[in-house]
Amino acid sequence: MDRRDLAWYVDRAAQALVFVGGISAIIFILGIFVFVTKEGLDFVLGPLDLGEFFTSIAWRPTSNNPTYGALALMVGTASVTGFAMLFSVPLSLGAALYIGEFATGKTREALKILVEMLAAIPSVVWGFVGMSIMNPLIIETFDVPVGLGVLNAGLILGLMAAPIMTTIAEDALKAVPDTYREAAEALGATRWEVILKVVIPASKNGLLAAVLLGVGRGFGETMAVLMASGHAINLPTSPFDSVRALTATIAAELGDTVYGSNHYGALFTLGIFLFLVTFIINLTADVVVRGIRKK
Amino acid sequence: MVDVLPAPAPASGGTSPLYGEPPLIEVQGLTIAYDGQPALRDISLDIFRHEIFGIIGPANSGKTSFLRALNRMDGFNPGMEVRGSIRLNGKDINAWRNVYALRSRIGVVFPLPVGLPLTVYDNVAFSPRLRGIRKKAELDEVVERCLTRAALWDEVKDRLDSLGSLLSGGQQQRLTIARALSQEPELLLLDEFSIAVDPVTTMRIEDVLRELRSELTIVLVTNLVQQARRLADRTAFFLMGEMVEIGVTEDLFEGKVGDERTTGYIEGRYG
Repeated sequence: MDRRDLAWYVDRAAQALVFVGGISAIIFILGIFVFVTKEGLDFVLGPLDLGEFFTSIAWRPTSNNPTYGALALMVGTASVTGFAMLFSVPLSLGAALYIGEFATGKTREALKILVEMLAAIPSVVWGFVGMSIMNPLIIETFDVPVGLGVLNAGLILGLMAAPIMTTIAEDALKAVPDTYREAAEALGATRWEVILKVVIPASKNGLLAAVLLGVGRGFGETMAVLMASGHAINLPTSPFDSVRALTATIAAELGDTVYGSNHYGALFTLGIFLFLVTFIINLTADVVVRGIRKK
Repeated sequence: MVDVLPAPAPASGGTSPLYGEPPLIEVQGLTIAYDGQPALRDISLDIFRHEIFGIIGPANSGKTSFLRALNRMDGFNPGMEVRGSIRLNGKDINAWRNVYALRSRIGVVFPLPVGLPLTVYDNVAFSPRLRGIRKKAELDEVVERCLTRAALWDEVKDRLDSLGSLLSGGQQQRLTIARALSQEPELLLLDEFSIAVDPVTTMRIEDVLRELRSELTIVLVTNLVQQARRLADRTAFFLMGEMVEIGVTEDLFEGKVGDERTTGYIEGRYG
């Protein structure tokens, strides 16, 4: 009997529903891009001096003669993120290797749960840790006048990014079939040789994705960086120097600006810049991962 | 359990097994359990040099566990418990201080072909590289020799740089055999190698195994009783964790058995 029954309509409805869910990501990302660009575009095309924006460190939006040099902010974000990755990537990959390849039974489960709990700590709590624990610790250990800076924010950011990198990296390692490990061990390879020569090459896409997610996490983090970096406009020359991040600048200043003012537009310009950089990082990651896959 | 030593005439051509000499493997009272559940009970047997030793039996009779114990792969499975003694060349394998060195002397072919996610070349060069062979010419020579021995060279010589996992099932299984041979093992363990392989390739691999017997000793676990008949000099019949029968293969197939269950299984009354 050729009749469209309930199951047929349910199937159609379900398809339509998941289609909306599927394309909503595109809609939201386009929406955000359009909104951020719209708010910042008048300023970018009007009063903004692009040369000054990229090369000057003078960020004085509230001065009588305002300047909008964002170099120090960019360097601030880059140095903190870079420092965070320097210490967090080996830590996270090590943790993932231990949890995924060596730990067994209860140890493994306990570690997994603890790492995931670490990911659930709010960023403001991390910032608090940076201010009230790390700050005096750095001052005392290294005998420096201020403990809020690249080192502090980098360590805090590294610890914040570690759980997500560890979890994703561990998933990538788990996706390598056990038969590979058994086959390699049967050939007489040691555990470490198996990891180095079989498991890591087989999971490199996932491991790379984990690292890039960590970079993205660090790049976009705001509150903890605001609290731990010292929030001072400065080109850092040592790990103890205070810096100011792009994200922290937006968060700290947007509340005080007049809607549509130059200052407001300048902050949205920072937003456009952040958006573009994140976009490029993700795109590069995608291209790299695809390239590896094709080979 | 008395080992039945056969009259000369081996089941297949080539060198005869060295029954007069001390065995390569001596298994005494081997019992294996997984999380307390016994999988193999009190097995004692000897395997001689240049012998193809067949193990037949239905699923869950402990055949694979036996192989895993020979290779000390129990470390891989935390729940696996091995008791009794296994001696290789007279030395208890648990007395080896470097388990990796032990494993590198034993080649293993698994039921489903496991092409490591490497190129064909790198699959075969994996074990030689572990042994420290670095020179390209030397590796080239090993790769070609092992692939030739495994009857695969002609099919893959033009695509040594493509991924091993892109080969067909039968080719991958021969690749794993080539890889096992690259270890220059003195013992080769095969676990139901023909499960994922077509009949023509199976026969080619069987020919390869017959030739290899002059160089090494083979333990062949198979779910195909006829395969054991074609290849094995002696055959053991495992059933639900017990060794019901061990003897010269032809004798078993001619009904000279100590237990009626053996004949029942060989004739396919249960499986």
